[in-house]
Amino acid sequence: MIPTTHVLILSAALFSIGVLGVMLRRNVIVIFMSIELMLNAVNLSFVGFAREMDSMTGVIFIFFIIVVAAAEAVVGLSIILSIYRNRQTLNVDEYNLLKW
Amino acid sequence: MLLTFYILGTVSVLSALGVLVCRSPVYSAMSLVCSFFCLGGIYILMNVEFVAVIQILVYAGAILVLFLFVIMLLNIVPTGESVRFNLPVLIAFGIAVGLFAQISGLFLGDIQFGPKDVYTAEAISEEGSIGLIGRLLYGEFVLPFEAISILLLVAVIGAVIIGKRRLN
Repeated sequence: MIPTTHVLILSAALFSIGVLGVMLRRNVIVIFMSIELMLNAVNLSFVGFAREMDSMTGVIFIFFIIVVAAAEAVVGLSIILSIYRNRQTLNVDEYNLLKW
Repeated sequence: MLLTFYILGTVSVLSALGVLVCRSPVYSAMSLVCSFFCLGGIYILMNVEFVAVIQILVYAGAILVLFLFVIMLLNIVPTGESVRFNLPVLIAFGIAVGLFAQISGLFLGDIQFGPKDVYTAEAISEEGSIGLIGRLLYGEFVLPFEAISILLLVAVIGAVIIGKRRLN
C-alpha cells in the first residue's frame, strides 16, 4: 500500500517542475510540454485523493482532464504552427504583436 | 511494491527535469514520454488500470505523437538557448521551490478528509474498475460527458480552421 502523502508529494514535485519549465524555457513547444506535465501532476493527485477517500469521482475527473488536455494540445499546436508560418521563430520573447 | 513506486517516481521526476534541460525539443518530447510511462506504472500500482491505459494510449500515444509531428513539420534547428543564472532565472527557481515547499508542507500536515464514499478497493474489484467507470460515466456524469464531447468537436474544427493557410 503506497502512502497517499508520498503520492501527493510526487505530484507536487512534478507540478513544480512544470511551473519551472514554463518560467525558464523560451521555446514555445517546451512550454507547452511543461503545461502537459502540470496536468499530469494534477491527475496523479486526483488518483491519490480518490483512493484515500474510496471515491470514483477522481477517476472520472481524470478522464475529463485528459480530454481537455487533448483538445488544448490540438488547438495550441495549430496556433503554434500558424504563428511559426508568420514569424519563423519559436521564441516566445519574439511574439510581441500584442505587447503594449 | 513501495520500492517500485519510489523507483518509478524518481525516474519520472528525473525525466521531467530532462524536459527542461534538453536543448532539442525532440529530446524533450522523448523525456516527457518516459515520464508519462512511469506515471502509467504508478497508476497500475495504485489499482487504477483504466487511467494507466488511457495515460499511455492518449498521452504517450496521441498527444506526444502530435507534438513530435509539429516539431517535425517546423523543421527546427536546436537553438543556442542557454540558461544563465541571472536574476530572473533565480527568481523562477525560488518561485518553483517555494511552490513545492508550500504544497508538500500542506500535504505533510494533517489533512482533514471528508466523509468516505462507498467505492473501496473490494467494491471496485467486485464490479471491475472499467465497468464501474462506464456505469458512472453514462449514469451520474452523463451531462459532463456530452459537454466534453462537444468541446472535443469544437477543438477539432477549430484546429482545422486555424491550420488552414487562408480563409475565404
